[in-house]
Amino acid sequence: MSTATAARNLDASPVAIELRNVNKWYGQFHVLTNVNLTVRKGEKVVVCGPSGSGKSTMIRCVNRLEEHQTGDIIVDGMTLTNDVKGVDAIRREVGMVFQQFNLFPHLTVLENLTLAPIWVRKMPKKEAEDLAMMLLKRVRIPEQALKYPGQLSGGQQQRVAIARALCMRPKIMLFDEPTSALDPEMVKEVLDVMIELANEGMTMICVTHEMGFARSVADNVVFMDRGEIVEMAAPTEFFANPKSERTRLFLSQILSH
Amino acid sequence: MSIDQTLPGSLAPEDKANLQAAAGAPEAIVAPPGGTGGPVLWMRKNLFGSLRDSIITVLLGAVLLYVGWGFFKWAVIGATWTAQTADACRANAGGACWAYLVEKAPFMLYGTYPFEERWRPTIVSLLIIAMLVSSCDRRMWNWRLAAMWVVGFAVSWILMFGGVFGLPYVETGLWGGLPVTLILSVVALAAAFPMAILLALGRRSNMPAIKALCVGFIELIRGVPLISLLIMASVMLPLFLPEGVTIDKFLRALVAFSLFAAAYLAEVIRGGLQAIPKGQYEAADALGLSYRLKTQMIILPQALRLVIPPLVNTFIGFFKDTSLVYIIGIYDLLTAGESAVKDPAWRGFANETYLFLAAVYFIFCFSMSRYSQYLERDLNKSHRR
Ligand SMILES: Nc1ncnc2c1ncn2[C@@H]1O[C@H](COP(=O)(O)OP(=O)(O)OP(=O)(O)O)[C@@H](O)[C@H]1O
Ligand SMILES: [Mg+2]
Repeated sequence: MSTATAARNLDASPVAIELRNVNKWYGQFHVLTNVNLTVRKGEKVVVCGPSGSGKSTMIRCVNRLEEHQTGDIIVDGMTLTNDVKGVDAIRREVGMVFQQFNLFPHLTVLENLTLAPIWVRKMPKKEAEDLAMMLLKRVRIPEQALKYPGQLSGGQQQRVAIARALCMRPKIMLFDEPTSALDPEMVKEVLDVMIELANEGMTMICVTHEMGFARSVADNVVFMDRGEIVEMAAPTEFFANPKSERTRLFLSQILSH
Repeated sequence: MSIDQTLPGSLAPEDKANLQAAAGAPEAIVAPPGGTGGPVLWMRKNLFGSLRDSIITVLLGAVLLYVGWGFFKWAVIGATWTAQTADACRANAGGACWAYLVEKAPFMLYGTYPFEERWRPTIVSLLIIAMLVSSCDRRMWNWRLAAMWVVGFAVSWILMFGGVFGLPYVETGLWGGLPVTLILSVVALAAAFPMAILLALGRRSNMPAIKALCVGFIELIRGVPLISLLIMASVMLPLFLPEGVTIDKFLRALVAFSLFAAAYLAEVIRGGLQAIPKGQYEAADALGLSYRLKTQMIILPQALRLVIPPLVNTFIGFFKDTSLVYIIGIYDLLTAGESAVKDPAWRGFANETYLFLAAVYFIFCFSMSRYSQYLERDLNKSHRR
């Protein structure tokens, strides 16, 4: 695939997510320091960085699972404030996939998928179920619809989680280390689904250390350290000649094994 | 789970067939190798596994036989089954007097409720038991169940009080026995349960005022003995009411019980809420579920099924604690039994009385316990982590 064309196309497309001078503290601890990030519609951003650098915190600020203290976060044209209505409106447009899947264990796979469309989007039950089955086919596990999450493998659970987020027909998807809790042989089945999603033009921010995925899918790779965005570049550039010393050190560590 | 029932009607037939195949026809049950080997092998393994085991088995068996034989002699062989008066029983002091129970059981079950009207508490008791039994089926857990209970309570109210439809009015002072115990425990617990859920949620609320209110209520109610609450409700409360306003003693006891049960149940439910992983809240939030939906569809269903054993434990405790209303002069099952013992014509058959009362309580408590075990198993079948 050609990153150059992708990048050129993106410059023309509207801004989906914008973080402007975002700062966040946990008590005295400064987790996010002057974070600036613009993600355009259809753009795929991969975020990497050492443990504790604030990657999760940053993307969780985008759908207000965490609150930032200063700066602006604008999602799909809406500025995040404390207004509950506004937060709910943004959450309807932003899907999220977690490291630990976080499926609802007391509901079947199908019910996991249809719950939010039926109750939040007020979609008729039949329509929601059709949509859910369609998405389960897309993540290649339609036959598991009536099982409970506890009866599925990790890879299957994560694919259900992706389908559940897609069921709300989000404009933006956030992934927080979606493959880190998986056994190695299941990583590919989840990444394949994510690659497919990316090729369909979904706007994505993905925290991951799967550098192969970053290379083939990302328009931009962001490197974070100690709450700052240290470096951001197209993957070819990012991997070939990282500008900062910290990035180089990090890459040498994760690429060495 | 019936697959057809839960399948969306909109699926294509081939999808349906696939789903049914995947969800699995019940797998054939294959016995583990070796099998269990029948009772003889079981006894040899579990009762006579070693010399020490054998000695303990023999000793315990002897004690059991001795006590059991004594009871059997008293309760069956030497018992007086029929007698017109107590004298026949007194002549046969070494055996149980079941004639006494035949004579007095109706009084214990109905208390002082007017004799000709006893069919009314009978219907009420049967109605409540029937409603309890039908509530056990999980497929019934929807709005119809709530409607059934509302109608059931209304019918019970009319039947017990009367005063309409040509039924003579019966004041609560005359109520007694099993219906009183049933109404007290069922109504108080039914009122306490939703209150407890709100208290438990409130105690975990981010809003300081609500949190303080809930904590204060729970700690206050939990910190005093039930008896003092009952006495306060029956003696102190009327002092604060304006002249001429009276609240029925029975209703006051009901309110006291509900508040007490709510405080205890709230803490049990809070335990369940605390066990729900943070990820469940976050996943619900990320899907845009409102606080109400999140609580109702995701958090409570999981939290409540986690706390079924302590919930039922509390229920059973409260069912028995209703007997404390004797303190404020309400005639429940136990009180009715006690006054039966004191009846001059049949004085002195305490053993029979308490055995009977224990049996009645046991039937209810044991059913509750068995039901909770069934419910846990049934819920876990589908809900495997
Ligand atoms: N609720 C909290 N209270 C206090 N500190 C927190 C809290 N959550 C996270 N932190 C701290 O904030 C920092 C950033 O956490 P974050 O989870 O964003 O890191 P991360 O980059 O996602 O790391 P990882 O790769 O391990 O997931 C960490 O040092 C963490 O200890
Ligand atoms: Mg993280």
